[in-house]
Amino acid sequence: MLEIKNLHVQLEEEDKQILKGVDLTVGAGQVHAIMGPNGSGKSTLSYVLSGKDGYEVTDGTATLDDVDVLDMDPEERAAAGLFLAFQYPVEIPGVGNMTFLRTAVNSQRKARGQDEMSAGDFLKLVREKAKSLKIDADMLKRPVNVGFSGGEKKRNEILQMAMLEPKMCILDETDSGLDVDAMKLVAEGVNALRSEGRSFLVITHYQRLLDHIKPDVVHIMANGRIIKSGGPELALEVENNGYADLLAEVA
Amino acid sequence: MSAAEQLKAAPRSLPDGQGAWAQTARTAAEARLTAMGLPGRRDEYWKYTNPTTLTDVEAPAAEAFKSDETPVFGDIDALRVVFKDGVFDAEASDELAGEGLEIARLADAATADIHWAKDLYGVLETNGQTPVDRPLAAANTAYATDGVLIHASAKVSKPVLIVYLHEAATSDAILHHVVKVEEGAELTLIENGPAAARFNNCLEVDVADTAAFHHVRAQGRDHDRRAATHIFARLGTESRFKSFTLTVNGVLTRNECIIELTGDDAAAHVAGAAVGDGDFHHDDTIFITHDAVNCESRQVFKNVLRNGATGVFQGKILVKAGAQKTDGYQISQALLLDGDSQFLAKPELEIYADDVACSHGSTSGAIDEDALFYLRSRGVPETEAQNLLVLAFLGEALEEIENEDLAAELLTRLEAWFSRRSS
Repeated sequence: MLEIKNLHVQLEEEDKQILKGVDLTVGAGQVHAIMGPNGSGKSTLSYVLSGKDGYEVTDGTATLDDVDVLDMDPEERAAAGLFLAFQYPVEIPGVGNMTFLRTAVNSQRKARGQDEMSAGDFLKLVREKAKSLKIDADMLKRPVNVGFSGGEKKRNEILQMAMLEPKMCILDETDSGLDVDAMKLVAEGVNALRSEGRSFLVITHYQRLLDHIKPDVVHIMANGRIIKSGGPELALEVENNGYADLLAEVA
Repeated sequence: MSAAEQLKAAPRSLPDGQGAWAQTARTAAEARLTAMGLPGRRDEYWKYTNPTTLTDVEAPAAEAFKSDETPVFGDIDALRVVFKDGVFDAEASDELAGEGLEIARLADAATADIHWAKDLYGVLETNGQTPVDRPLAAANTAYATDGVLIHASAKVSKPVLIVYLHEAATSDAILHHVVKVEEGAELTLIENGPAAARFNNCLEVDVADTAAFHHVRAQGRDHDRRAATHIFARLGTESRFKSFTLTVNGVLTRNECIIELTGDDAAAHVAGAAVGDGDFHHDDTIFITHDAVNCESRQVFKNVLRNGATGVFQGKILVKAGAQKTDGYQISQALLLDGDSQFLAKPELEIYADDVACSHGSTSGAIDEDALFYLRSRGVPETEAQNLLVLAFLGEALEEIENEDLAAELLTRLEAWFSRRSS
């Protein structure tokens, strides 16, 4: 599914290397988690994969089903099946959430050569998905993320994911700013989307999200590299001992 | 050539065969104009907009914009009054009659000895000449060739739609309309079209106690057209006034709106959305005077500018002594789609009462890159994402339109125009 090889990335504006050779392969249907201390490059990895401006890839590749994504525009990556659940979802005053969702769904269908979804079908689908995420009609009507609580914003991200049905979902600290109940709700939403053809890359600081979204593989990232990979037990180890031991091990 | 010389070089003549009331009003207006002289760049009120092409003897040529789409407001049920290059088109117009309406052409009424419009024609314009000279408005009162005089005495459900067609490349039109909305009455006036290569328009509106006036205007998409428009409104107690203008294209547009709140508990909203490209120059000049207690006024102006286009906003709220409990609000914002475009704003508050709430703000900035990336990351192509954000930006001004059908019509048009430009 997602294959990242020797990825080197630096900031465009300053000569600062953030990713220093990331190697990562996420197989179809798998859930991988990335943990790591602040500043290790986790969020940069998610932004680079989704195509945000401001980063320069100096070496390495990233492919989705063997297709190079790094040369694509963000919208092309989305149509190819890549989805980033933002750590800080953006508020867009004046653009209704429904309009946004419908435009996104139909843009992707168009890009894939499919017919646009009819207004009726879309409405039915969005209501059904929203209900399971406890998103009410009012939240759908309001401008995108404007006045939403932290939990509502994250649920709105998962709703978009559910509507767009991507192949590869990257969750960037989706648990940040959520209370236990909200985290459960979000995790349930993610788990409902797990399937053989869909993979997840879950970026988090804390092990507790991984209690709800069970990963197949856990990676530890530090200083722009993946320094260790293992099973779910690796996350527990971090939770108990912090990163210091792991960092010392590598050094 | 100085303004005075220019006036002498190309004196327009007062129309012939005027009745006593019109003759009086026109002669007085011409005297006002002579005293003021034509506007020049040294005038403070023309600091950001060069009036030369508005005062030149000949109107600069402007090709009419050709389009096969249905005219804006083409599907709205309305009483239509059509002018082509400033000349009344009887065939294309509806019969000038409607329930609760007395409606006539200025060209006809002006030849009568007496007409109800006598108490307003040039009168509100004259009031609006203090403290700032508006010579183009005085010229309009003096030389206007036609216009519509509308007297609403009831809640009129069907809007009056003035359609301004433009065909001749060098047409130079001067029209003057007068609207009187009686106590408790209500009227919606719609204007659409470029009118001429150069257009000087004046609209005087008297909104009586508890009356309501709604005004929605779209100024036509001819690239090279020029326009100087004026609205002079006087508001009575508990009256409502709302005016919205959409300006897309046009090489030079100056829209002035002068409102006087003379009765308590009245409300005036003026809004505009302007979208321009290249040599587009757009100027909204607003002057709202609060002269009564507990009145509300709102100014909401949005400009979307690209490829070196210029937007100007000069907005003033004057709160006279005694106009307590005034609630004044003013916002002017520009979205600059590139580094070449500019927005010049001069917000002014002048307050002589001590118990008022007035706020104003002005911003200009680029499109929100985070929002753009967010939309694109969901699969929305860049141009479409940009269009969505531009429409969202204009939304606050469009929300000022009272009639939802009219607002929806303009929004749909904008969407279509944007997506066509992008494709």
